[in-house]
Amino acid sequence: MENMTLLDFARGPGLQWALWIFCLGVVWRIVGAMYLLGNKDLSKARRTNYIRSGLRAILTRSTPAEAFEEKIRFQHISGYAWHLALFVSVLFFAPHILFFESILGFSWPHLPNTIILFSGAVATALLIALLIRRATHPVQRLISTADDYISIAVVLLPLITGLAAFAHIGLRYETMLALHLLSVELMLIWYPFSKLMHAFMTFPARYQTGTFFGHRGIKA
Amino acid sequence: MRKDQNLGEYLRSQGVSRRGFLKFCSATASLMALPPSAVAQVAEALAAARRPSVIWLSFQECTGCTESLTRSHSPTVESLIFDAISLDYHHTLQAAAGHGAEAAREAAQEENKGEYILVVDGSIPVDNPAYSTIAGISNLDMLKDSAKDCFAIVSVGTCAAFGGLPGAAPNPTGAVAVSDIITDKPIINVSGCPPIPVVITGVLAHFLTFGTIPELDALGRPTAFFGQNIHDRCYRRPFYERGEFAETFDDEGARKGWCLYKLGCKGPITYNACATVKWNQGMGFPIQAGHGCIACSEPRFWDKGGFYDALSTGDWGTREALLGAAGAGAALGVASAIRARSRKKKAMAEEEA
Repeated sequence: MENMTLLDFARGPGLQWALWIFCLGVVWRIVGAMYLLGNKDLSKARRTNYIRSGLRAILTRSTPAEAFEEKIRFQHISGYAWHLALFVSVLFFAPHILFFESILGFSWPHLPNTIILFSGAVATALLIALLIRRATHPVQRLISTADDYISIAVVLLPLITGLAAFAHIGLRYETMLALHLLSVELMLIWYPFSKLMHAFMTFPARYQTGTFFGHRGIKA
Repeated sequence: MRKDQNLGEYLRSQGVSRRGFLKFCSATASLMALPPSAVAQVAEALAAARRPSVIWLSFQECTGCTESLTRSHSPTVESLIFDAISLDYHHTLQAAAGHGAEAAREAAQEENKGEYILVVDGSIPVDNPAYSTIAGISNLDMLKDSAKDCFAIVSVGTCAAFGGLPGAAPNPTGAVAVSDIITDKPIINVSGCPPIPVVITGVLAHFLTFGTIPELDALGRPTAFFGQNIHDRCYRRPFYERGEFAETFDDEGARKGWCLYKLGCKGPITYNACATVKWNQGMGFPIQAGHGCIACSEPRFWDKGGFYDALSTGDWGTREALLGAAGAGAALGVASAIRARSRKKKAMAEEEA
């Protein structure tokens, strides 16, 4: 630990602890949620093709209901655009792929930095726009909790520090890189215990809802 | 160079033309980030400079720094400048040995009290002074003795500047940097393993020109040479931007001179003048030769993970540790489920009752 720099900490003990907490928390939440599957529905099954019902719900719930489409168009489109931009910048930046490869043991092709920079900037701008909308829209503000705001903040920080490190803006590169890594680690620690878990839960939950609806004969 | 000669007279006697000398002064002024108007001042001050006394102490080192400086690319103006200092003690280069050599050092210190420049290469072992001694004198004692009357100290090489290889984990000798021991003298860290020859001559030129310490960064290094990182000045940077990387040292990307980031290049976190000043008469530098930067001018570069591990990879531990964490998570999940189930049963029993 002697003479350890911020970057050394971020690349070493900080990263290790964050990944341990992330793994522990994610598995904990998933196993705990799986327990809910044990609750048997005692009603008579209206439809028995559960896989079809489950997959149908994943599709139908991925687009807004027609009645609401107009009112949530901005959210709908910007939400998809944000996730797409985030995936591009996180999963297709060469240094990120090297990081994933060091853990997973395999890699995939990367994209040129200009595309990554563009997608990172789009993701940052959209998330800020969505945050402003959440804070100002009366309905959204009413249904938002501290979890929403903290989750947005811990996702926004890696984006901002990552762009700053990439563009050599602000502090020296190694300090910015350390801050970027530390912000990612903060996100990993917050992840399992927050709404960020939706990344793991969304599709299984939709599938489960679909099978439930199918069993009950609900058209949704 | 005779003691009564100034530098200008000495260079002329060695056949260096006025044009060649001014060219060096321009390059030096440029290296030191001085405006073009300062070239005349540099030339005037250097030409009139008397040879300063330099005492060079070598401690726990490999002599690579001395090799770098003395075998750089003579005979150039830089090397003549280097010859033009009065190197009064350097146990690798001097003919004298034993007590005679030590007497020369003590005499030079006495004669140039408060004016001599102390150059140190190598780290200092403090766990046990006997790990490294010269003429029976421990490195620690010799450093303290020579530092007390010097004008300034130049820590040459990463060992003297930051502890370097001897100070790498597990640091068996308790090696420390000069700045860990001497705290009441100006110290200029000219780090690198080894440092670039022209950087040390540039620092000496600054002394001769201005008689002051150059502007230093947070790690005590002259900003004129250590102010920018290798990545920003690397000629392979466009390939990084385009996402064109060498995957191995002998693939097509390597042959085409693409970016070495994936092969562990530490250029983005390394501050040095390699990419601009270069080595071997400006012929090239490690990245140009096809090998990534190893961050040799940065503190603790030996302990910052593998030289061939990409900068973006971290020490994330082991797969076993991650699986252990996942296992603990699964156990917690099951425990939560059992607890929830028992609470549910209890609630149902209460409802039925």
